[in-house]
Amino acid sequence: MIWLTWRQFRGSAVLTAAVVAVGAAVLALTGPGLADRYARGVAACVTDGTCDRFFDRFFDEYQLLFVLVGFALLALPAFLGLFWGAPLITRELETGTHLLVWSQGVSRVRWLAVKLGLIGLVAVVMACVAGLVVTWWSRPLDGSAVPELAQMTPVVFGARGVVPMGYAAFAFVLGVTVGMLVRRTLPAMVLTLVVFAAVQVAMPTLVRPHFTAPVTTAHELGIVNVGGLHVRQGGGEVRIAVQAAVPGEGGAWVLSSTLLDPSGRTVAADGQDAPVAVSGTSGPCSPQGSRAGLDPCWTELNRLGYRQQAVYHPIARFWPFQWIETGIYAVLTLGLTWLSFWLIRRRLS
Amino acid sequence: MTPVLEARQLGKRYGRRWALRDCTLEIPKGHVTGLVGPNGAGKTTLLKLAAGQLTPSEGDLRVLGERPGTTLPKVGFVAQDTPVYAGLTVQDHLTLGAKLNTAWDARLAEDRVAELGLNPNQKARRLSGGERAQLALTLGLAKRPELLILDEPVASLDPLARREFLQALMEATAADEFGVVLSSHLIADLERVCDFIVVLVDSRVLVAGEVDELLATHHRLTGPRRDQDRLPSDQYVVSARHTDRQSTYVVRTGEPILDPAWVVTPLTLEDLVLAYMERRPVAGRRAGLEVLR
Repeated sequence: MIWLTWRQFRGSAVLTAAVVAVGAAVLALTGPGLADRYARGVAACVTDGTCDRFFDRFFDEYQLLFVLVGFALLALPAFLGLFWGAPLITRELETGTHLLVWSQGVSRVRWLAVKLGLIGLVAVVMACVAGLVVTWWSRPLDGSAVPELAQMTPVVFGARGVVPMGYAAFAFVLGVTVGMLVRRTLPAMVLTLVVFAAVQVAMPTLVRPHFTAPVTTAHELGIVNVGGLHVRQGGGEVRIAVQAAVPGEGGAWVLSSTLLDPSGRTVAADGQDAPVAVSGTSGPCSPQGSRAGLDPCWTELNRLGYRQQAVYHPIARFWPFQWIETGIYAVLTLGLTWLSFWLIRRRLS
Repeated sequence: MTPVLEARQLGKRYGRRWALRDCTLEIPKGHVTGLVGPNGAGKTTLLKLAAGQLTPSEGDLRVLGERPGTTLPKVGFVAQDTPVYAGLTVQDHLTLGAKLNTAWDARLAEDRVAELGLNPNQKARRLSGGERAQLALTLGLAKRPELLILDEPVASLDPLARREFLQALMEATAADEFGVVLSSHLIADLERVCDFIVVLVDSRVLVAGEVDELLATHHRLTGPRRDQDRLPSDQYVVSARHTDRQSTYVVRTGEPILDPAWVVTPLTLEDLVLAYMERRPVAGRRAGLEVLR
């Protein structure tokens, strides 16, 4: 049975493995150089305190590659579900070969067990290798990323660490199960993609924020957490907006970032701005007064009592969250596996 | 002796549609059985049930005295259109058979492939329909089954390939003692190889028996017009046709026909089967159409 599974599967296995290997090789070759540049840059910037600017420049340079690598890793499990999972049973059903193989001396339960076990294992191993290589390669970039692409944010979190293993196992078994229900390859692939994408969206929006209670703290305003400062033409009202970043908490996943006025009321919700009681015609926050930099303006605002209130998951929760999420996907995978065995005994022709 | 196949009120339902219903049948051991019936009669469903590929929705089914499903190693099954893996070579198929069956006869398989002149390294997708069917038959035979089930194995073959396939099947059954059940909607195919015949129409077994015995006990009577109730009671009417002056009956009887008014002609197997198929009641036909839909 193992022989047959491998004989049928080896073509696509070798092809996918080759693509993953080439990707891993490219990252393995470029990774040390990247880390080296980062280390030298950090060593240089700490002496004169220009690290923020170095991070921006460094990340800017590699942002496209960073995003592409992340998306490739996010796409890998979906690819495995679509092209390994969905056709596994439907192709047999469409060509009628299930009747050939199921009338040999091996029960169809064992047939499915070997198929799921072997191909599932290859899928998980592939995702594991890809996940760890990408995590290692992108470490310098994760250290310098803009807040929108911080390591804990949903898009990046899913393309790091061990969760790709969980995604791959889940997507593969999902494809197989959907294939058994739909019985035709193309609709099964489409449905697999839709369901997998829905789960992938639902997880970070509905489930992951509640793994543990997020941290809620108030922070002084500064260059890190203020996203915009607008002074109306010719002076007058000053409006500021806070952004989804927390000072001293690089890599954090900010769920909400709001502006509090001196009495502690929320005056600007996420992504909105609000007027603050400083002068726009003179003083540290006016166009003339801020020529030397905005630091005096932040000081003035903080003295008045304006604060950012941030709700976030700090980077320290990265690995716990990775394991929790991998565990959830493992449970989902087991559930689908059980369903697929039930289907092959009860429902399938 | 346990029959190779024994069905009682057997039924299979897909959703609300019955593919087979109320089917009662017994096929004794030691025969090459032909299962014949129109399309949609439930032949494929019955054979899939017997091969353990489906589970019955109702009724009872025994194959070789056991429930199908537990009989997997003892029952060979060649499905409709004789499916094989397009991407695998002939040799791969033999390896598949060897790896997946305990009683695999590698010698028989290799000899047959050599005899057929198949190139072991050829991909199955490049085989002709006849060669594909022969390969599927080889897999079924080399498994050394006690019962080999074939579902319309020759339906899609040209006449020559059809004859070669049936020839190969006959040779195999002559050499070894195992039961065969094969279905076809063409009686001529079955006539050549079968010594037991089952006529299945709308899930119902209209007649089942040894071919020789059936042919010996069925007669066509042609003569002056006569009503059915005036026939002797030992003559079971299978079909009747009347013109103004003439009546034609197909009857079944174990007794000799002595009435000199009749011209008695023997039936071919095809005539016999068609006589039974014609006979199905109008209500039954309607139900049959519904089943088809």
